[in-house]
Amino acid sequence: MATVIRSETHPGIESYGNVNRDVLRLLEKPGRGYFTLLGVVLAVLAAAVFAFGSMVVLGIGLTGLTSPVGWGVFITTFVFWVGIAHSGTLISAVLYLFRARWRQSIYRAAEAMTVFAVLTAGLFPIIHLGRPWVFYYLLPLPNQRQLWPNFRGPLLWDVFAIGTYLTVSATFFLVGMIPDVAAARDATTVKWRKQLYTLLSFGWRGTNDEWRHFTRAYLYLAAFATPLVLSVHSVVSWDFAVSIVPGWHTTIFAPYFVAGAIFSGLAMVVTIVIPIRKIFRLEAYFTPRHFDAMSKLILVTGMIVFFAYGSEYFIAWYSVETPERAAFWNRAFGDYWWATWIMLTCNGIIPMMLWSKKVRTNIAALFTITIFINIGMWFERYVIIITSLAREYEPWQWRSYMPSWVEMTILAGSFAWFLMWFLLFLRILPAVSVAELKEVLPPPLRLRRGTKTGAQEA
Amino acid sequence: MSGQAGMLGVFDGVDALIVAIEKLRGAGLKRLVVYSPAPDHSIEHALHQGPSPVRLFTLVGGLTGAAAGFALPTWVSLDWPLVTGGKPIISLPAWVIIGFEMTVLIGALSTVLGLFVLARLPYRKPLVIYDPSFSTDRYGIHVAPPAERVAEARSILRDAGALEVRENVQEVARASA
Repeated sequence: MATVIRSETHPGIESYGNVNRDVLRLLEKPGRGYFTLLGVVLAVLAAAVFAFGSMVVLGIGLTGLTSPVGWGVFITTFVFWVGIAHSGTLISAVLYLFRARWRQSIYRAAEAMTVFAVLTAGLFPIIHLGRPWVFYYLLPLPNQRQLWPNFRGPLLWDVFAIGTYLTVSATFFLVGMIPDVAAARDATTVKWRKQLYTLLSFGWRGTNDEWRHFTRAYLYLAAFATPLVLSVHSVVSWDFAVSIVPGWHTTIFAPYFVAGAIFSGLAMVVTIVIPIRKIFRLEAYFTPRHFDAMSKLILVTGMIVFFAYGSEYFIAWYSVETPERAAFWNRAFGDYWWATWIMLTCNGIIPMMLWSKKVRTNIAALFTITIFINIGMWFERYVIIITSLAREYEPWQWRSYMPSWVEMTILAGSFAWFLMWFLLFLRILPAVSVAELKEVLPPPLRLRRGTKTGAQEA
Repeated sequence: MSGQAGMLGVFDGVDALIVAIEKLRGAGLKRLVVYSPAPDHSIEHALHQGPSPVRLFTLVGGLTGAAAGFALPTWVSLDWPLVTGGKPIISLPAWVIIGFEMTVLIGALSTVLGLFVLARLPYRKPLVIYDPSFSTDRYGIHVAPPAERVAEARSILRDAGALEVRENVQEVARASA
């Protein structure tokens, strides 16, 4: 018996067969715990639907929104979820182009998170509308007087950016999954699964021609997704930066938002992957090396975000603009001081622990830190939006805002909506890429002599 | 091809598979369909495959998207010229954003279209010239030699180390269809 060659990045996976066995095991009939969790999630979602329904029937007076704070928890949550989406594309596309050899096991879950987060985010501008049933006013269509929407306004840019992002990330997700769905199709014996996988695999057989076009198409999709991920949160940031509101009107917003988005998204990937790894015993697939690499990315983007916070305060002081200075003073010491300090603590100070390798490879510590980051990043958007609107230029207009129960229920509902999709995904579609993992594993050989075929090094 | 029933060789190692590919090609049997659980450069080299023309779809789609992304706001702004915020009717800096997003959108969708057209997906015939293990850890070669060379092709597959060689696969395909 010759020695078994192990992969450098995934030493715990012995063979191609193991990958199919371990990954497709997730597609077996789920247990009681799963259905309980799904039930809780659906109950929260039902509460949010009720809250939204009340708002539609009784009007947006049910929210805490009033002049001057017209953007509240809904827009905060919109920006939060768009941000969460970004790291999925980072892991699936950007790290693909950089040939990061550890991304294979983690990217499918991250990509699913992207699609579901954009699905969640996309609801919020519509929920936020006073008359959600005329949401099609957002689309580039002329009204009854043949007047078109204003293409010079950032809100229309947003429609294009988010629309493109949802379409492209969903396409990337579904196309990238074709070979894995084919593997699931070949393995399953359940009738509805067989039908579903036959449909979604498009009759994939893994022929040389199919692979040839598939790998190329995948490369170009990744090349498109990479600048897209940078553009989407830039456009979202211009919703704010293009206005003249103190605290919003800054050129640093685009890179600052993009870094923040990736920071929060990576944290969310870690938060989600840790329980999956534990529950489904996928330790061989998500190794300490993965968490170490993810933590380093979190640390880098977190430092950029922290630097941007500092830069904002510095520029506010350096500009000698009274409203700008007042806005930032108000953030730190005004009515919303608590939100600002939650943001600074969770995003700036707590992630500093990741400098230590011990923390980076300690799963429990990492899980806790990433939850703090998620909280901090939601508060970041809350601080940016609400403190700026509550204290604009004219003091007689100043008024503070507190979210109502409707807004908080819908916020909770957004997590339920996201988790519902994720839970369904976990048990219906392959949550770890089968084919791409095999690309970084040594291929099966007839004559095991321990020599390299060149296949895995090419 | 003569419509002759083909044969399907099943392999459990990529090394044996490549030996078989090279021998078949050396014998002049170049129309092979190779099945693998993952993309593999050594298979591509053995088959002497060029780069996929899917990039043409990407290029054309991307350029179409860029053109559309600038044309749409220009057209609708000229359709009802209304000055907002003192900006020119055709505000190119703002159009760049629409142009970029449309480049990505149409470019990505046409890349996927290219994949489906070139790889002939969806494949709708019953999966008979196929084995479910091809999506796990087995490899396959389908070859349809002319009648007088069937024996030769069979022995090449066997000698290279095929686990099994299934013959008359097309006949089976027709029967079960």
